[in-house]
Amino acid sequence: MKFLNKIATAAAVGSLALGATIAQADSKEPIVIPTHNWTSQITMAYVIGGIFESIGNNVSYVPADSQAVYESIRNGDVTISHEVWQSTFSKSFNNALDAGGIIDVGTHASVTQEEWWYPAYVGELCPGLPSWEALNDCADIFATAGSGGKGRYLDGPMDWHGQETLDRIEALDMDFTAKFAGSSGALWAELESAAKDNRAVVVFNWSPNFTDAGDGGSFVEFPEYTDGCKKADGGDGKCGSPPAGWLKKAAHYQMPKKWPEAYKIFNNVSFTKGDIGNMAALVDIDGMSHEAAAAKWLEDNEATWKAWL
Amino acid sequence: MQYFIKHKWAQFAVLLAVFYVLATVIDPATGGNWWRIQETRFWLLPDVVNNALRFLIDDFWVVDVYDSELDITEESTVVKEFTRTVSGVVLFSINLIRELLLGGVKTVVAFTSWEFISEHKWARIPALPWPAVAAGAFIVGHCLGGRNLSVLAGASTIYIAVFGQWTPAMQTLSFVLVAVPISCFLGLMLGAIAYKSKAFETILAPLLNVAQSMPHFAYLIPVVIFFGIGDHAGAISTVIFATPPMIRLTLLGLKKVPPEVLEAGTMSGCNSRQLMFRVLIPSARHDILIGVNQVIMQCLAMAVIASFIGAKGLGYELLVSLNMLKIGQALELGVSIVLIAVVLDRLSLAWANKQADYLADLPFHLRHKHSLAFLGILIFTSVIAYVASMVFPDKVNYLYFIDEAQGFSTEKFWDVMVDWLITNTYQGVQGFNFFMITSVLMPMKEAFLSMPVAATLFLVAGTGYIVGGLRSAVIVTAFIAFIALTPWWDRALITAYMATFAVVVSVIIGCSMGILCSRSPRATRVILLVCDTFQTFPSFVYLIPVIMLFGVSDLSVLIAVIVYATIPATRYTVEGLTNVPQALQDAGSMSGVNRLQRLLKIELPLAFPHIMLGINQTVIFALFMIIIGAFIGTDDLGQLIMQSLSEANGMGQGIILGLCVAFIGLAVDHLIHTWAEQRKQVLGIA
Repeated sequence: MKFLNKIATAAAVGSLALGATIAQADSKEPIVIPTHNWTSQITMAYVIGGIFESIGNNVSYVPADSQAVYESIRNGDVTISHEVWQSTFSKSFNNALDAGGIIDVGTHASVTQEEWWYPAYVGELCPGLPSWEALNDCADIFATAGSGGKGRYLDGPMDWHGQETLDRIEALDMDFTAKFAGSSGALWAELESAAKDNRAVVVFNWSPNFTDAGDGGSFVEFPEYTDGCKKADGGDGKCGSPPAGWLKKAAHYQMPKKWPEAYKIFNNVSFTKGDIGNMAALVDIDGMSHEAAAAKWLEDNEATWKAWL
Repeated sequence: MQYFIKHKWAQFAVLLAVFYVLATVIDPATGGNWWRIQETRFWLLPDVVNNALRFLIDDFWVVDVYDSELDITEESTVVKEFTRTVSGVVLFSINLIRELLLGGVKTVVAFTSWEFISEHKWARIPALPWPAVAAGAFIVGHCLGGRNLSVLAGASTIYIAVFGQWTPAMQTLSFVLVAVPISCFLGLMLGAIAYKSKAFETILAPLLNVAQSMPHFAYLIPVVIFFGIGDHAGAISTVIFATPPMIRLTLLGLKKVPPEVLEAGTMSGCNSRQLMFRVLIPSARHDILIGVNQVIMQCLAMAVIASFIGAKGLGYELLVSLNMLKIGQALELGVSIVLIAVVLDRLSLAWANKQADYLADLPFHLRHKHSLAFLGILIFTSVIAYVASMVFPDKVNYLYFIDEAQGFSTEKFWDVMVDWLITNTYQGVQGFNFFMITSVLMPMKEAFLSMPVAATLFLVAGTGYIVGGLRSAVIVTAFIAFIALTPWWDRALITAYMATFAVVVSVIIGCSMGILCSRSPRATRVILLVCDTFQTFPSFVYLIPVIMLFGVSDLSVLIAVIVYATIPATRYTVEGLTNVPQALQDAGSMSGVNRLQRLLKIELPLAFPHIMLGINQTVIFALFMIIIGAFIGTDDLGQLIMQSLSEANGMGQGIILGLCVAFIGLAVDHLIHTWAEQRKQVLGIA
């Protein structure tokens, strides 16, 4: 344990001084990039892989569970992770940082927002949205069979940020109960079904996401977030999520040594909200395969990524 | 008193009455340990297990390993080096098969280096043209099982290619072609050792039980930490899951070999190895083949779950398309998984049943006609593919490889179907949905959650005692007491409530369907085929449509569970009823019973022990699917198992939670098995 920690720190320090040292050639062994189960992440994996290949590196892709992947990065079975979301993965990521063997490679330009969200047509069913008070006033149209007369808010899996949701509902004395979906797929299925029926729903969602395109929808506006307002941080809990969450990159601690060139590039890689949205749209809306979408993105945005080399 | 001792149902009624009294007397507020066992040092068990495994992989027997590329010496442990070597061998085998089918460089790298590959672009294995593989499947089918089999194998391969699923299907196939032989080999060896050594069998039995009833998600993280992530990790977790039925059936088959056969072998002067491989295993072939069939089914059933830890192929594509709500695409991928399972199963069966023709003395070209034909087709298709790519360099070469985007698809049709179903039935099912949730499921959940630990343990112990005497009472109480000692008693009660509801409904549906279908031989064949199909069809596919109809609720989970758990109930009922000896049925008919009487008085009682084993399987299937139901959203043990993927002590927590689920299954399993054995003794069909 201690040993790994030491090495991780050493590597992190080493990477800071990287610009100064003479870059040694990258290893020809493949850089392992994980693919999870949502579009932007998979497409981005192929985009980053394409960039690495353009400087002559070998790349391989491995499907992985998005929570379990950090353990594999620590062990060196996976080299990088390029979409570490603040509210969903910070726990797994921080656990891995504590255990050592993984390094934080900075954030993307894109900020993220994660909050209660409703599709556009729900705005007509409940006038006064996006304010949370208006939402609370029409709680009854959000009721379901299991919610006992209260409105139901469909949250992501319990381990993403479940306690915070419960705290907030209690602190704001809302007429809502939270139900925890088991996976993001369950959220989208509920959204799709509700849209067919013109039924009111409010679910956990984030941006950038594929829901940004199409008919869209909006985030519910809660009392503004201030540092320390959450119950877990000692506040009264009467606040929404931070409006600008981070989207990080992570790498195995030996990447700077083994693939110095690629590591330098990965350090520079920084996608904007628009980039992520475009990558997802090529697949979700234009129906391309993930690989083809990545190839197209690389072709269309050469100026962007050539600047990172 | 005499009456009471003789009639078990009377004992059971008293037991229930006492349970009820205990449950009302023990008050949640003041009940203390009687109500829920308070925190003890036992709660540290997940941490202990986690730290022990960590120690094993990180700190036990440290050795120095030199990394030639980075020119540094690193610390590693013997365990880690060993597991990584195993991984390497498995991964090499998978890549070898995969690259023969799809092309690639990793096999060449294994003998050279990545530098060599980067410099020499020609050093790669080219992909086989798909028509060559299809022809190969056709020839293998013909060679092993004649015309029907060749058509099945060839047509399935063509389906997969034409529907644009070639790459993922071959990835899955290469992974299965490694996992199946390993599982079969291990199963056969361990089964044979257990046959020879009673002590080994006694040690093995509980391990097998746990491996079979443990939810897969519970051991994903340990596999990732010990073996790494990738196709090999998927294959290794599949082997853990698929080997137990092979061991069991091997042992069962060997035990059934009549002593006469054994003696004949000994008299012919066999040594013990010859006796095993030339006499015992061939004689036990029937059961061993059922084992192989089970291994193949289990391996493909794992295809989706294995993709969580790096297995590429159909399972992963299926998860991605489900997450994008492309149900049609997921359905097609599911069909490919079923096809691969069916073809492999039939081929292996035909191969094992094929008799070697020792007398034939044929010339070379006749003896090797199948290999020669394949060679011819391979050259022919390769030339065609090559010429086509020369003549039309810019066009897609359909004769060589069909990409996902160029393949056929019935996806639109299925999507429209699902769409129609949801728009038109949504309103209709809401009444049912509301009624079920508010009037049945929520009260039932409440009732289960109000069960005090002491009363529940008393009920379990009493049931064990009535069914199987003191020994059973001790065993089942130990299982349930383990759960009571963990912090997750409430969670386990919710799992138990869902399992109870799902099992009751599944058994009612499955048994009625089984009874109806067993009346005609044709219906029997059809229903068994349906059972086979649904068993390998990835159950993940049902999850999204049920959410669309019933929302994220326990009802959705239960419907998905019932669809899956009805399979064994149906299958065992059909098998049980069709296996009732003809002589007994004729005897009944001669005594003048009508068809209904014959069913009620002769067939059902005789088939009952077998049907009970089906109910046993229903429980295991239901528990398995309830854990997968965590993807919809549950608040039981399954939710915690999913959460353990992101916990710091996830390895230990996952394993202990998995054991809790397994122990619920094993307690039920023990009771049903004991009872069915007794019935068999009574009926004289043991």
